[in-house]
Amino acid sequence: MTDTTLPGVRSIDLGTDAARARVKARYRAETRFRFYGLAAIAITTIFLVVVLSDIIVKGLPAFTQHVLVMKITVDAAEIDANGIRNPGDIRAADFQALVRNALRAEFPDARDRTQRRQLDSILSTGASDALRDRVVADPSLIGQTIDVPVLLSSDADLYFKGAGTPIVRTAGLGTATPSGTSGEIEITSTSRDFANTLSLVKQALTTRARAERTEADRLQALSGRAATRKIELEAALSSARTANDPDRIALLERQIAAEGEEATSLGARARELFDSVAELEARYKNTSAPEALNDRAASLLIAINRGVMKVTEVSANSVKGEVFLPLASAAPAGPNSWQVVSYVTPEGSRRLNDRIVTWLEALKANGEVRRRFNWRFFTSGDSREPELAGIRGALVGSALTLFVTLALCVPLGVAGAIYLEEFAPKNRFTEIIEVNINNLAAVPSIVFGLLGLAVFLNFFGLPRSAPVVGGLVLALLVLPTIIIASRAALRAVPPSIKEAALGVGASHQQAVFHHVLPLAMPGIMTGTIIGMAHALGETAPLLMIGMVAFIVETPSSITDAATVLPVQIYLWSDLPEAGFQAKTAAAIMVLLVFLFVMNGAAIILRRQFERRW
Amino acid sequence: MPAMNALVQPATAAATTLAPSAPARAKVVAENVNVHYGEKHALKNVSVNIPERSVMAFIGPSGCGKSTFLRCINRMNDTIPSARVTGRIEIDDLDIYDKSLDVVQLRARVGMVFQKPNPFPKSVYENVAYGPRIHGMARSKTDLDDIVISSLKRASLWEEVKDRLSDPGTRLSGGQQQRLCIARAIAVGPEVILMDEPCSALDPNAAARIEELIDELRQNFTIIIVTHSIKQAARVSQRTAFFHLGSLVEEGPTEMIFTTPQDRRTQDYITGRFG
Repeated sequence: MTDTTLPGVRSIDLGTDAARARVKARYRAETRFRFYGLAAIAITTIFLVVVLSDIIVKGLPAFTQHVLVMKITVDAAEIDANGIRNPGDIRAADFQALVRNALRAEFPDARDRTQRRQLDSILSTGASDALRDRVVADPSLIGQTIDVPVLLSSDADLYFKGAGTPIVRTAGLGTATPSGTSGEIEITSTSRDFANTLSLVKQALTTRARAERTEADRLQALSGRAATRKIELEAALSSARTANDPDRIALLERQIAAEGEEATSLGARARELFDSVAELEARYKNTSAPEALNDRAASLLIAINRGVMKVTEVSANSVKGEVFLPLASAAPAGPNSWQVVSYVTPEGSRRLNDRIVTWLEALKANGEVRRRFNWRFFTSGDSREPELAGIRGALVGSALTLFVTLALCVPLGVAGAIYLEEFAPKNRFTEIIEVNINNLAAVPSIVFGLLGLAVFLNFFGLPRSAPVVGGLVLALLVLPTIIIASRAALRAVPPSIKEAALGVGASHQQAVFHHVLPLAMPGIMTGTIIGMAHALGETAPLLMIGMVAFIVETPSSITDAATVLPVQIYLWSDLPEAGFQAKTAAAIMVLLVFLFVMNGAAIILRRQFERRW
Repeated sequence: MPAMNALVQPATAAATTLAPSAPARAKVVAENVNVHYGEKHALKNVSVNIPERSVMAFIGPSGCGKSTFLRCINRMNDTIPSARVTGRIEIDDLDIYDKSLDVVQLRARVGMVFQKPNPFPKSVYENVAYGPRIHGMARSKTDLDDIVISSLKRASLWEEVKDRLSDPGTRLSGGQQQRLCIARAIAVGPEVILMDEPCSALDPNAAARIEELIDELRQNFTIIIVTHSIKQAARVSQRTAFFHLGSLVEEGPTEMIFTTPQDRRTQDYITGRFG
């Protein structure tokens, strides 16, 4: 090959080993690169799937809520005492009391104040809203009994969504005989139905005994050491006495007294524990003696004769306890007609106590609990109660803010882009403007927030927390993006179109506005939508201008106090109530849906209006 | 005028004998035109007379300044910020670089057809109607229709597009697009039409139709065409100017330039020795 080539012209010899190795190395490099690319995409996809599924799993429950469908008698005396059907009076009436009374009527056993308060706590503070709305809309309902959905409190709602406790039911083997139908009763079974529970409790006693013994041993050792030190100090004291050193004598006497005290108190505590251990061991050894239950283990209840009793003391074949739901009779219940019910999660680790869980289970068994779509999430504003909180205020706030942003950004941005791209003389001044616009796009958004605070609020005195200020700040934020995108779109229009227009005698301005701008419009709109999506998701600058307040009312104008969707998410994510966790995730889902829709619109616009030249 | 011609070509007598039967009045007169693009001296002392109702071809190798000179005639070079034009160009004794002259009106009088067909991404109708509309040439819709139809007919495109006037102009074939651009140019009633390599992006059949069209259009318009194809220049033009390295080397009746060129460079170029 080399002999046929021209002098000074090199050719590639593909036959050598080095050439083959080079080809192999190239293939390897290409394979490696493909692998890196795939790995990067796979990792990104995994993260995206994990994040999205986490948000969806957490957020979906917030789109439903549980209500009690109750029969409520709209008592004219409560609602409209003077009988003149004044809508204002009706609206102001205490519907909550009606709902509360209806619930109390279902559980007549809850008589004392504590129990009543517990019963009330399963209702939302907005439980009567649906009833109020219906009665206000149709006053003829007063005096009638109607089926109304009653909103449950967030804790009760979460209980039905699975945040409660697993429940294990075992059928009774023997014939159980209750000693009464309400209050403190004892149930005796002919079989050893409770032996398992009893042995579990006894086992727990040994565990506790072992722990207490270890502690007692430790305390005793400490006490012994204090006693030894005391003896040493006493020896030192006698030698100090012979040396007649009054200062040292006084010091040693104080120390001896302290050590003696410590030895005594530790010893006493150790003895107490030893006694307790002995007692526990005695209880353990006496396998048939009854044992009390506590809230650190699973709760035990007996469902018998259509009532429920909470067990407080258990022995092998009988239990004592308090009746939560009154029994229909004290008649003996045969095998399999009664149940031992266990709430597996210990009462101490739950938000709802055994009594409330029993009530909720009873309501569920009655078929009064319904799960339905949570319209309220979209129709109400923020609230301190998770079950009442909605995103309407934030959505409207976002819409108003974006409206202000859009109204400012599009004319300013597009006009600026057209001027800079088509008309501005190319000199140092316009160059500086260009560089600054590009740099502004990279300024952290919080800086725009500070600027808004200093200029719009402090200097111009615009209202705090208002969409108008939020819109102004976000307009500053997205203006550079829109100008850059618009200029790119204008530059992408082939110059031949402008030349053609100039060639038939259009002026420069006519050529730009009749031909270049329409062709650049899809690109400009795409840039604008993406800028708007950016503004929609922005939080930091809005925190600076006070759009982070707790606002219940839906804003009705751009000067009303408002918050926006991402700030609402930020606010909710900070709240300790479990109900708000789901709300946060649900609000994120709504925000993501809006962002997807906006970005989708940008893509569709680009596809739809893309011109081919 | 004879003095000026003497600068570039000595065969004035031959030119007059070979010119079309009508006395060739000079439509465009250029004197000592120089163009600088920044530091680059793109066009050097070009002086030429372009007769009315005829086709003038500018030939020459790439970068010789022929397109630059063409773009001086409708002041298209104004759109290039670094371009600087000196000298004098007159159309019908009117100095087109006069400060008081409105460049937009000039461009309506001097139409232009570009190398690559560049119809607006609008309908065929709108492409032609745009110019008359911005110049307020039509008093009514039917008036505008008349202008569009007659322009399309004169650009011999009417038969092909009469059923698809609302189709986008960009959907026509390349040759049709170029004729649409010609129709668009003549719709505003220009006196001079500048054509910058109008056939270079077209297949031979489409190019042949454009050439036929140019031949028809010369009845009514003064046409100046820049072309890379020597044969095309020979076929369509009455006069030819040869440019080389920014200077006008030789100008004269086409037949004479192709048969008895005075300058060695012209001869070399025509016989294909360079270019």
